[in-house]
Formats: sequence, structure tokens, C-alpha cells
Amino acid sequence: MSSVNKSLLIPLFVFIILVITLGVGFSLKDPHILPSELIDRPFPDFVAAELHEPNRKVTREDLKGEVSLVNVWATWCPNCVIEHPELLRISKEEGIPLYGVNYNDDVQKAQAWLRRYENPFEFIIVDDDGKLGIDLGVYGAPETFIVDASGVIQYKHVGPVSRHIFDTKMKPVIEQLRSEQLEKSQSVAQISEAAS
Amino acid sequence: MIAELGHFSLILALGLCVSLAVIPTVGVLQKNAQLMNMAGSLSAGFFVFVAISFVCLGYAFWSDDFSVQYVAMNSNSNLPVQFKLSAIWGGHEGSFLLWTFVMSGWTFAVALLSGGLTQDMRARVLAIMGALSIGFVLFILLTSNPFDRTLPIFPADGKDLNPLLQDFGLIVHPPMLYMGYVGFAVPFAFAIATLTTGNLDSAWARWSRPWTNAAWGFLTLGITLGSWWAYYELGWGGWWFWDAVENASFMPWLVGTALVHSLAATEKRGVFKSWTVLLAIFAFSLSLLGAFLVRSGVLTSVHAFAVDPERGMYILTYLIIIIGSSLTLYAFKASGIKSDAGFDWFSRESMLLINNLLLILAAAIVLLGTLYPLIYETLTDGKKISIGPPYFNSLFVPVVMLLFVFMVISPLSRWKKTPMQSILQQWPSMAVSFFVMLGLVLVFAKEFSPMVVLINTVALWIVVSLAKDMLAKVANKADKIGALFRQTMSYYGMILGHLGIAVSVLGVCITIYYSEERDVRMVPGDSVELAGYEFRFNSVSKVQGPNYSADRGDIDVLEEGKVLLTLHPEKRFYPSVGNVMTEADIDPSMFRDLYVALGEPVGSDAWAVRVHYKPFVRWIWFGGLLIACGGFITVLDKRYRRVRTAKQEKTVAAKVVAGAAEAGATA
Repeated sequence: MSSVNKSLLIPLFVFIILVITLGVGFSLKDPHILPSELIDRPFPDFVAAELHEPNRKVTREDLKGEVSLVNVWATWCPNCVIEHPELLRISKEEGIPLYGVNYNDDVQKAQAWLRRYENPFEFIIVDDDGKLGIDLGVYGAPETFIVDASGVIQYKHVGPVSRHIFDTKMKPVIEQLRSEQLEKSQSVAQISEAAS
Repeated sequence: MIAELGHFSLILALGLCVSLAVIPTVGVLQKNAQLMNMAGSLSAGFFVFVAISFVCLGYAFWSDDFSVQYVAMNSNSNLPVQFKLSAIWGGHEGSFLLWTFVMSGWTFAVALLSGGLTQDMRARVLAIMGALSIGFVLFILLTSNPFDRTLPIFPADGKDLNPLLQDFGLIVHPPMLYMGYVGFAVPFAFAIATLTTGNLDSAWARWSRPWTNAAWGFLTLGITLGSWWAYYELGWGGWWFWDAVENASFMPWLVGTALVHSLAATEKRGVFKSWTVLLAIFAFSLSLLGAFLVRSGVLTSVHAFAVDPERGMYILTYLIIIIGSSLTLYAFKASGIKSDAGFDWFSRESMLLINNLLLILAAAIVLLGTLYPLIYETLTDGKKISIGPPYFNSLFVPVVMLLFVFMVISPLSRWKKTPMQSILQQWPSMAVSFFVMLGLVLVFAKEFSPMVVLINTVALWIVVSLAKDMLAKVANKADKIGALFRQTMSYYGMILGHLGIAVSVLGVCITIYYSEERDVRMVPGDSVELAGYEFRFNSVSKVQGPNYSADRGDIDVLEEGKVLLTLHPEKRFYPSVGNVMTEADIDPSMFRDLYVALGEPVGSDAWAVRVHYKPFVRWIWFGGLLIACGGFITVLDKRYRRVRTAKQEKTVAAKVVAGAAEAGATA
């Protein structure tokens, strides 16, 4: 082979550097997790009516105190029907408070829908103008958030929750949060014990 | 059943493109004419089976077959039929099928229109196209199959197409863009084929030029349409966002522009051969890089597809194989390339070289800005930053301004050697242009800005130098008007392309400096004043669309107390996806757009309303269309359609070496 002009190798070297950058950048990311600006942020502030008790006002404070699930749903959403049996199971078997956000919907229709399919929610936030949905960055119903005891969003799932998704993706997060909370309350108890 | 047929036919297409890659290559190695000749029919077969597959997916959309997962995710029975069909490329899987379909189309077109090629060259080029296609088809079959079923339980109705995509823009923008992206595979295949022969004469430049110009024209059109679509659809009146995905289409365009020019020099004068080959590799590589950036999820962007690490890994591997091997081939084979002719430091060749370097520099700036957030994240363990318009504006703009200055000089320059004198003699017309522009800005503009005068003067200079060049061409002819119509198509293409740049520059500059906008809270009866127009907010009413419900604003535009027109911006709610969309209403015209968007309801009767006044904004896209037309027109040049015998080939080459060929001809 005739002598290779070294300057002709430059493009190849530039390309190799580029590939390394892309490869490293790519391996660091887990694109499965939707980028949500809201993870690790407090649940957006809201004051809204409850679906079955129009005179009752629910706020962010009502979500606090315990690790909970917040499910965004609507009667116009076919996937919410698909998801519904799993929500009912969670509310019966998992011992975690489940709150609903009735997103961009009609109150009468929503009540009828719940009569038909049964109500898994402790209370339901009426978001008929979709404002809370916008604050929550909702892509489309259903979406399910895990909110910790202090009212901070810790996880977001887009699309219907299935048994498989709940067990593999959400349950570990919930258990982790609960054990953290337990540790915290224990250490608080110890401190107060020590103080007394 | 139809979906399975589509899937099956895609598998057959895979078999055909593998054969296309292998059989003609064996033919070339064994000098077996029969095997080489099979390239043509294999290309046709590849095209036909990808087309069948594409039509099958179209049928699944048209017939609302929601048992096909991709259809269920991207369509809905209420979706208007034109959007059902364009929803084929509304998501990742189908858009890649479109990509592959376009690839097979280009391959088939090369097979059909390659009469002027030698049999050996034709076999090589088509085999390379086939080899590139293997990766595309495999990618669909392994990671992104649009024909997957959701059986046994399938949804009663589809999730619907993203409302942003339910628009004319989706129908035209992606196909044009992909025609451009994938079209660069043709000059790439020509470049690689030529490298493998080791015989880089100027013939390959003439072969690949019409293909390059066509692909580049499509890319220009695609980018222009994308910009126009973003402007009216996204609801905030911007037309370019330096978004990662826009950059992904802009980089191949910049390099493609360099390629278009350097090919001209290679064809006409036999110079820059090695550089042109490298540009052909770069242009296609950047198209592939764009595909990786968009579909792997490494960069977050408004265009993000449903992302999957497996897909990202696949494309990265493909990139490494294709680009890595072609650059290695280049490094070892390009050293034998020699220029046919020398040139003076001040000549059309040197102008084209400077143009190329500036375009590559501009592309490098865009590349760095696009990848920098990624590099930063890697180096700082996950900290995120974004590189916004300030970076691009401060680095990119000066480089292109310099480029425009050379655009003024180069049509006036001559091949081989240009007397400096001839350029300097142009100063009176340039000075006149400057004062004309200064006068126009002083008279018409609301505020005086020296930058506007400067930038628009350069745009005017581009036009003046084109006019001067045309005059020079006919100066010695008896029938001057007639001579104007007897230039080559390539020449008209150049004129249109450069004119388009001038028009776009003017549009961009005036839009940026003189746009006005206001965000106001309005209740029925309120008025707001903007740029001499009065916008009167009358009412908001509910309307029902085919698959959405909307609040529809009714806003009168008054000029000097008289109602000029009524605009109806909408806030649409798409129940099947649960999305709210802002549908701006625009009154377009040659010299200004009036743009009204309805924001959120604030309080009982009040709405947030945004009004824009955008002078000359149409010129940006009109310029883009001119540039694209320029690209397409050059393809019609007669000399690309002439079938040449080997003998003619030699005489032409000899002419080029002697430097006698069309020394004054352009582009």
C-alpha cells in the first residue's frame, strides 16, 4: 500500500471522538423515564371541589401525611376503563390512599361513570377546566403520580397502570418511600425521647 | 391480514436489498456482466416490496384497524381521512418506514436514470444503496415494527394523533425532509463507489451533481415547510427555535450546500476532488446523526419520538459501521487523488473554497451547540444545561454574514484567475445600493437601526452582483434579451438559489428587528393597539370540530377606525388525547402578518390574548422556496441527460484539463 496521507485520517479521528461522546451520553440516560420537571417537586397548589360533595373544598394539604397515589382520569378516556379494575384492586388490597383527579370532564358524567364502574378513590379532585392538569404536565389521561408524605411528587406513570406495572415499577418506589418515612419518624421519636 | 402482508413484504424487501448489496458486488469482483446487470431488477423489486408494505400500513390507517398497535396509538376513528393517512408517519415506526420507502425510491430512481453510467459504476452505486438499506429495513423489523398487533384484546378506538400533527404541515413536511435526508445517500454511494474504484476522474462529479442538487432542493423545501408549520402551529409566532431536531436537519443542509458548490468546482474544473468526496460522506453522515439524535432520546426536544434505548443503540451501531468504514476507506484511498488544474489565490475556485470552509464552520458551530448539553451532562455527572439562541446568534450569525459577503464577490469572479481590479471596479454600484437601502430604512422603518441597514445592504448587494453577472453574460451578444433566455439551467438555478438567500436574509432581518407583540388580558369590547392596527376583542364562543371542541375567539382588526378583517383564533380541546391546542389565526400578506393567539381564560369573561405584528415574515419562506426551486432547476440541465460514450468522456476530460471549458460559465 502506498503511504497514507496522515491528514486524511483527521475526519476519522473526529468521528471516533464524536461516537465516544454520543455513546457515553447515551449510556448515562434512561430514556424510558419521561422527563418530568415535576419529579421531586411539591404537588402543585390547588383548591378544588370534590366530585361527590361540591361544597367541600380539597387542597394540596389533603394529600399530605401518607404516601399516596394520585390518578388522573376522565370519562372520555377509553384507557381509563381498561385501567380501572387494577385501581379497584389497589384500593382494596394495597392499603395505600388513592386519590382521583377528574380531568377536563363533566361532573354528572363522571358521577355516572363511577356508579357504573365502582369508585376506588378516597376523594376526587374536580379539574373541569384542566388547570391542575396543565400544572401537573399531564400528557393525556390516565396518568398516575406517587406523592410522598410531605406532598412531593416522586414518580409519574403515563398510560394505564397494570398489575405488572404496579408490582415492578410503582410498588418498589412506594415501599422505599414508606421505609424512609418510617426512619424519619423513628429518628424524630428518638430525638424527642432523648430530649425528654 | 393486510398488516401481516405488509410485514411479510418488508421481510421480502430485506431479502432483496441483501441480494442487491451482494450479487452486483460479486459481479464487479468477477467482472461478470450478468450479475452486475441484476442490480437494476433487484432495485426495482426492493422498491416494489417496500411500497407494498407502505401501502398496507396506509390501508390499516384508512380502515381504522386498531388491532394494529401503531394505528391504535396514532389514529382515531374520528380523525379526518387526510390525517389518518399522514398519521402513517406521525410516529416513530411509520416515519421510519417512510424513510425506508424514500430510500427504496431513490435507489430505484438511480437504477432507472443511470443510462450514462458505466455498467461497473452502476453496479457499485446500486450495491452500496442496497447495503445502506439493509440497515434501515432491519431496524424496522427488529426494533420498530409498525405492523405489531395488540391481539387478542385491542382498543375499541385509537388514542388519536397528537393534535399538533393534525395539520397540513404533517402531510408535506416529513416526506420532503426525508427526500432530502435520504437523498444524500445517492452522492454518498457515488463517492464511496468512486473511492472503491480508486479512479476519481471528474465524471463522478457530473453523475452525482443532479442527484445532490435534487436531494438538497428537497431538504431545503422540507426545512422551509417545517419552519412555516412551526410558525403557525406552535402558537407563539417563532419560525426557528434552534431546537436539537431543527439543528439535525440544518447541519446536513449546510454541508449539503457546501457539497453542491464544491461539486460544481469539481465538475467544471477538476479541483477539490478529495474534499468533495469527504463532503458527500459528511452530508449523509449528518443525516444519519440527525436520525440518531431524534430517535434515541439522548437530547430532549419538541420533536421527541417515543424513545427506546434499544433503538438508540441500534442506530449508533449503524452509524459506527457506515461512517466509520467510509471514513477509513477515504483515509486510505483519497491520497491518490490529484487535481486536474491549478488556480490562482483570487479566482472563482478560491471563492468556492472559502464558501465551503465558512459553511463547514457554520455546521460545526451548530453541531457543537447541539451536542454541548450532552457533553456537559456527561462531564458534570448529569447536570443539565441548555444552549439557547444566544449561543447560536453570537457565533452563527457573524459566520453567515461573512459568507454573504463572499456570495457578493463570487458571481463576479472568474475561474482560474480573477483580476482584483474587476472586483474593485464594482464599488459605485455597491455604494449606490448602500444609500438606497439607507434611504429605504430611513423612510419606512419605525426606528433606525444600523444593523438593519448593514444586513439589508448585503442582501441587496447579492442581488446587484447577480444582475451584473447576467449583464456581463449577454454584453457581447447581438440579441441581448434572447441571450438571457439561452443560458444553461444550472445557471438559472444558481441565480434563483442566490436570489432566494437574499430574499430570506431580508425577511429574517426585518422580522427580527421590527416585529411587535403584546400579551394582554381582554374582556369582550376591549381593544389593543399594535403597529397602527387596532385589535377589538368581540367574544368567545364554543364550536365543535370533527374530533375536538373549541373556544373560538372573534377579534376584529381595525385600521384607521375601519374594520379590515376578523380573525378567529381557537383554543381546541381534543378529548381522545386530552390535549389542549392553541390554533392561532393569521392574516398573511406580502409585507406583514397579523397573528392572533388565544391564551388561557383568566377570570369570568376575560382571556389572555397574544397579538403579533410580523413584517416581511413571508419573505423567509418565499426565499426558501426560491432556493429549493434553484436546486430543482439545475437537475433539468441538458448536459446531465446526454448519454456519453467513453470517447466523448475523454474529450471532455481533456477539455477540462486544458482549462478551455466554459471558463466564464457559472455554477
